[in-house]
Parts: sequence; structure tokens; C-alpha cells
Amino acid sequence: MTRSRFLTWLAPLVFLGLFFFLPFGRILALGTDFASLRAGFFVETFNILIFTFDQAALSTLLTLLLGLPLAFLFARYTFPGKGIFRALTAVPFMLPTVVVAAGFNALMGPNGWVNILIKNIGLPPVAFVGSLWAILAAHVFYNTTVVIRLVGNAWASMDIRLTDAARSLGASPFQTLWRVTLPLLRPSIFAASLMVFLFDFTSYGVILLLGGPKFATLEVQIYIQALSMLNLPAAALLSIIQLLCTLAFSTLYSRYTSRITAPLKPRAAWTNQRLPKLRAEKFFVAGMLTVLLAFFALPLLALPIRSVSRLEADRAQHTAQAPGLTTAYYSELLINRSDSIFYVPPVNAALNSLTYASLTVLLSLLLAFPAAVALARPGRFEKAIDPFLMLPLGASAVTLGLGYIVTFNHPLPFAHESLLTSPLLIPIVHTTIALPFVIRNLQTALATIPQRYREAAAVLGASRWQTWRAVDWPIISRATVSAGAFAFTVSLGEFGAASLLARPDYPTLPTAIFGFLSHPGAMNYGQAMAMATLLMFFTGLGIFLIERLRLPGAGEF
Amino acid sequence: MLEIKNIYKTYENQPLLKGISFSLAAGETICLLGASGSGKSTILRIIAGLEQADSGDVRWDGQSIVGTATHQRNFGLMFQDYALFPHLNVFDNVAFGLQMKQWPKNEIAPRVDEVLGQVNLSGFAKRRVTELSGGEQQRVALARALAPRPRLLMLDEPLGALDRALRESLLDELRAILHHTGIPAIYVTHDQQEAFTIADKIILLREGQIAQAGTPPEVFAHPADGWVARFLGLGNVVRGKIVGRLQIEGWRVDSPIGMLEVVCGHLHHVGDEITLLLRPRAEVVDSGEMLSGVITDVVFREQAFRVELAGGLYFYVSAPCKIGQVVKLKILQVECL
Repeated sequence: MTRSRFLTWLAPLVFLGLFFFLPFGRILALGTDFASLRAGFFVETFNILIFTFDQAALSTLLTLLLGLPLAFLFARYTFPGKGIFRALTAVPFMLPTVVVAAGFNALMGPNGWVNILIKNIGLPPVAFVGSLWAILAAHVFYNTTVVIRLVGNAWASMDIRLTDAARSLGASPFQTLWRVTLPLLRPSIFAASLMVFLFDFTSYGVILLLGGPKFATLEVQIYIQALSMLNLPAAALLSIIQLLCTLAFSTLYSRYTSRITAPLKPRAAWTNQRLPKLRAEKFFVAGMLTVLLAFFALPLLALPIRSVSRLEADRAQHTAQAPGLTTAYYSELLINRSDSIFYVPPVNAALNSLTYASLTVLLSLLLAFPAAVALARPGRFEKAIDPFLMLPLGASAVTLGLGYIVTFNHPLPFAHESLLTSPLLIPIVHTTIALPFVIRNLQTALATIPQRYREAAAVLGASRWQTWRAVDWPIISRATVSAGAFAFTVSLGEFGAASLLARPDYPTLPTAIFGFLSHPGAMNYGQAMAMATLLMFFTGLGIFLIERLRLPGAGEF
Repeated sequence: MLEIKNIYKTYENQPLLKGISFSLAAGETICLLGASGSGKSTILRIIAGLEQADSGDVRWDGQSIVGTATHQRNFGLMFQDYALFPHLNVFDNVAFGLQMKQWPKNEIAPRVDEVLGQVNLSGFAKRRVTELSGGEQQRVALARALAPRPRLLMLDEPLGALDRALRESLLDELRAILHHTGIPAIYVTHDQQEAFTIADKIILLREGQIAQAGTPPEVFAHPADGWVARFLGLGNVVRGKIVGRLQIEGWRVDSPIGMLEVVCGHLHHVGDEITLLLRPRAEVVDSGEMLSGVITDVVFREQAFRVELAGGLYFYVSAPCKIGQVVKLKILQVECL
């Protein structure tokens, strides 16, 4: 290895070694130390594993139930506003779990719109939040877009004359679906199901925030064992089990997707699409769009509107206040109350999050740039370490947080404090999580710059600097902003690691929202709504930037 | 058997079919001939029940079948790109229609073997359809459509995706199979040679309307108008003006290529504008020519030279010619349309 290449790789490799491989090594060491575990632990863990599996399977099934008709809708019909409807289904996938949880809470929670409406009519409230249904609904909300994309794309390019042929050979609509359409879509349905299952299996924030204390998946149990029970070996063992399961499912996924064969004659999607014409078709399209709007838009709308609506008297206020619009939940964020659940004004959480996110952007771009440049023209060394660089993609954030707890609880050699108590740990863990994405993003952009462009520019008389300015810079700058926006968005909404690592006096937006949501009181609830709205706004901004700057073809599944 | 009555259909607010009516007798093969966009495929889809007409009726043995679902019509349909099921092998593709019609299991295999034999694909049953050549796929598609013994077979540009040599040999086979099985058929194509080869009756479509219907010799001998003559490539179509009468059922006509003498039984008056069809067979003459011009292009075609003159007219002559040469031509046949 040349000296310059050694220098290129030094920083990213040292960083990942210290903040990814070391913590995971510590977990492996700790988790295989069975001596300290109670006998009952294994039975309990088995039950949790079963529940984790069951809820993921059930969520996947329900996601398919909603996703397949929607995939059909988008694959076979054109209608006004199609692009907007499709984008709407994709929004949840990119939202932080706390925002989704807050959205469902605003709509269906004990103090949400539906229950307040029901209370006014005099009916008993619906106990939706805190039930399995809330978990399932949120999972479907998140992952339907995966089915729409994977299955929908396969469906759109499937020649419509295949089903016409089946019909003309005497197959009823149901037989056509069963004998022709579904067999042809099976690979994409299977791939989408596995992917959705994987997301549901590792679900954390949704379970914690919408399921309540009754439900624990492996991921939630890691958090409980680590923070409530202070049983780190148990948490570590759970992490290892979780890791093995994830590994098994993702191996299955990549094995399967690599085997998928191309259809006989794929057709351009638009040749298979048309306006709904028959009455039944119009009914289907209108019905599905209504379901889509209700399911995807209502939670997202309920949240910001709830954050400026006073619907009940606050606990501390004895005089009844008329329901109406209010900015109280926002202004309260600026005040440091003595009875508050934080030691600082809640708005600090927003400032912390923005600071952490900015640091994450800076750190991940600095580390990713040299790596991406090297990976864009890979040598043997680059090809060998590439999979290792991508490993953090598969690691759960909670496990990573746990790894930091067991690794960095000792005082650093050159400081009095341990790194664990430093607020800097959050941007570091967020950088670890975001780094693979950022590297890939930049690498793809750099690799797409064809050498011929540079040669063409040079032949036309451009100097090296002019060439770089005219050819490389426009693409790199776009990719950099887009990758930065991605790191920013990830850091802003990240909940798993932050829930284990954020100190109470340095809350992030997600941990503060979690704090407010898990405490009673109209004011706490209102502040959770206000903060979640802020987070949704910032995330939306990030998503907008990423989408606008995305290179064609990059960033698909 | 099949009767199509006054079918209208609009597509995205554009009229696509404007009053289509025709009927099909037992054992007859009808060819719908027209350019792309003339609405011919849509007629098939309406007969198959894959699309609904805005108005009009489709009748089978006098009964309207407009309300009958596609899968209950028992009509076979063969698509341009064959639409073979890629997840099924040849046998299962051909057996599909039989299974849908719930044939007894022990009758399916012999029937599949039989139709595969008819299309010269015996021994292909276990092959994957993705491994077949274009011509083989076309045969499987035909076998699949024939297997359930449909009461009507519709073929939508069945040879469109194949190369010329294969097309000609398959066309003959197809004609033999249709004749042998006696299944009434509707054959859609844009290729007039295909149409003239296979059809008992040709229906020429022009922008959603029937421009002409008749047997191939009828259509060839008496094209309905200039558009039909031009579309079928029957010769050069020119406009002319009657300037005088000849003794026997004939007229002197002033045309862009000069004064012509035209014999026809139509009732005309001096001063009428008429359309003339100059059939392309011509003779190179030294004198007494009807037309002379500079040759801009010469192509050798089997038994004659196709010469094109400045101005765009073309003729077939037997004498070899050169580009740039001035020829004097006697046109052998001039008709009034």
C-alpha cells in the first residue's frame, strides 16, 4: 500500500475501528459470558423472541394487504395527482419514529382528535395507543411504500397482455390473479416481504412509544435490560441474538434477490397504464385513494394541528379554558420550569439536536470524502474493505448505543471524565450510523463522472483546474449537499442510540419527545406535539433537499 | 355466426371507431387491414370482451354477447408478442386454456400433444418458453389459442415480430391450419400481402371507418377510392378533369401527366373532376407514348424493373433502364375510380 493511500484510509478506518468494531467486540465478549444470567432469563428471552417474530409477521401480512392493492393501483392506472399520492406513501419511510408515534398519538391517542371527538359525543374512549393495533398500524404506515415500490415496479413492467391472454383462454379474473399475476410477481412480493419483515423485526421506537410497557421486542428488551435492569451481560446477549436473526434474514434477502430472473419481455410501464374507465375501476381507484389519504395524510396532519389546539384544561390551571387555537405549547418550550422533566428549557433539545446534526454532517463528510474518492476507483484493498465499511448499515442503533455504554464507561486516559458522559458521544454514534450512506452517496456520484467528460474538456482546451471546476464540481457539490442533508436528517431523527446515550441535561429532540409523551398532563402532551411538529418540519426540509439533489437512479432500493 | 353492428368507441376523447359493422360466416377468415392507429386492434379487444364499445352490438348466432365476460366467450386470441406465460413451460402454456375450462386431466395431455403436432412442435412440451426462438414462440401461442377449440380465433398481427422469410413460411402454415380446422378467424394486420394471402374477405379500415370490404380479387380489381388504391399499392393515383367525350364509353381527361383517354362505365359530365388509377405495368416505347420522364430511381424486383420518374410516379417495366435516362412509357391500364 502506498503512503498516500495509507493516509487516505487512516481516519475513516481508525474511526470505525474505535466507534464501531470495538463496541461490537465488547458486546460479543460480554454477551458470551453466561455465568451472570438467571435461569429464568432464557425463558423470558424465548417469549420475547416469539413476540418479536409474531408482530413482525403480522405487520408484514397487513403491509402486504394494503400494499398490494396500492401497488396494483399505481402500476396499472393513471389518474390526476398520481405523483403526489405516490410521494405521500413514501413520506413515512423517511420520518423519525418519534414523529410517527406522535402523529398516531395526535390522531388516536388518549388525548388525540378521535378520542376527544368521541368523548364529546359521550362514548367510551378507544384504547388504541398502547395496544398491539397501534404497533401494527405504525408498521404498516412505515413500510407500505416498500411494497408499492418493489412490487409496483415489477407489476408496472409486467405485460398487460399476459392477463388479457389468460382471460381470453377462459380464466376468470380470480383465476387470472392466482394463476398468472401472482406467480409472476412472486419474486418481488417475496423480496418486499422479507425487507418489511426485517424492518418490523428490528422495530424499536414504534414499540416503545406506541406499544407501551406491555410490549417488548428484542430491541426494546435490550434497552430495558441495559437502562432499567442495569444488566449489561443480558443486554449484550440479546444484542447477539438480534444480530444473528438480522444476519439470517438479510442473507436470505440478498440470496433471493440475486436469483430473481428478468421477465420474458418487460414493457415500458406507461404502455400498461390507462385511466380507469369501467364503473368498477373508477370505484376501485376512488376507494383506494380515499383509504390512502385517510391512512397516510391524517396522522401527518393531526400532529401539527394538534400542536396548536387546546382541547382540554391543563392540570395546573383551575379556571376552565375554552377549546381553541393556542401557541402555548410552543412558548412553553422556552421556559425552564422547576417541575419540568428536564433540567433545561425544552427548546435546548432542539438546539442540541441541530448542533449534533451539524457536527454529524461535518464529521461524516470529512471521514467519507477520502474513502469515497478511493472507492470510486477501487483497487484490491478497496474491494476487500468495502463490505466492512458497509457493516454499520446492518447494525441496530440500540445495540450500538449499548456497545458505547460498555466500551466508554471507563475514564479516558487523558481526561477526568469518561467519554460516556460527554455530549460529543451522540454526534459520534450518529456519524457511525450515517457514514455508510454518506460514503456510498459520494462514491456513486464520483463514479458516475465519466473519464470521457474530463478528456473532452481537456481536448477543448480546459486546464486541469478548469476541468475540475466544469466537470467534477457540479456533480460533487450536489452529491455533497445531498449526502450532508442525509446525515443531518438521520442524526436529527435518530432515536435508538440516543435513547441509551443522551444525558438528561442534554436531550435531543427525539428523546425529549419521548420524555414528554411518557409523562401525563395536557401541557406535556402539547409540548410533545409541538416538538414533534418541529422535528417533522426539519426532517421534511432535509428530505426535500435530498430528493431535489438526488442523482437519477441513485438511492433506490 | 359473428355479427358486429355499428360499433362506436372513443379513446381519451378522440373518436377511435366510428360505426363499424361486418359479419363473419362459418369457416371464414376475415382480415382487418389498416395502418397503425386505424382502430383494428381495438375491434379485436371489443370482440374478445377485453374492452367495451361505447355503443353498438356484438352478436353470436343472433344473441348479443356484450354482457358476457371475456373468459366465458370461448374466443381464442393471439397477441402480437404472443404473451406467453414466462413462468410456465410449453406444455403448461398450451394446457392453460384446457385447465381453465376444466377439461378432465386425462384428456388434457393428448389434446396438448395434438395441437403441438399441428404447429410442428412435437417434443417441445417440456421446454421453457423463454428458451424458444421467435418463430417457435409464435407456434406455441397459436397452439395455446387453438387448444381449447375456440368457436372463433382472433389473431392480432401474429407475424409482426418475425423476419420476412419466416413470416412467409409461417403464413402458409397458418393458412393451412385455419383451413384444416375450419375455425372462423379474424386476422389483424397492416401488411397487405399478408392480408391478400390469408383472407377470404378483406375489411380495410381507415381512421375508424370501413373504407372497403370485399374478397381479395374484388378489392384488387375495384378499389373503392384513391386512398384504398394508394394504401394497397395498386398504382399511381392522380386527379384529372374531363374535357371531352370519346365515342365508346370513354372520356378525354386532362391530368398532370398529360391528356389521357380513359374508358369507364361511370356517368360523368364534361368538367367533372375524377380520380384516376394508373396501374403500374407499363411498356417502354419509341413512339405513341402516354408519358415521358426522367428516371430518378431503378430497383430490380423479381421479373421487372421498378422505375421511378421525376415527380414521384412509378411503373414496372421489363426493359432494363438507367437512372437519369429519359423514357417514353405506355401505361397499360388506366382506370377511373
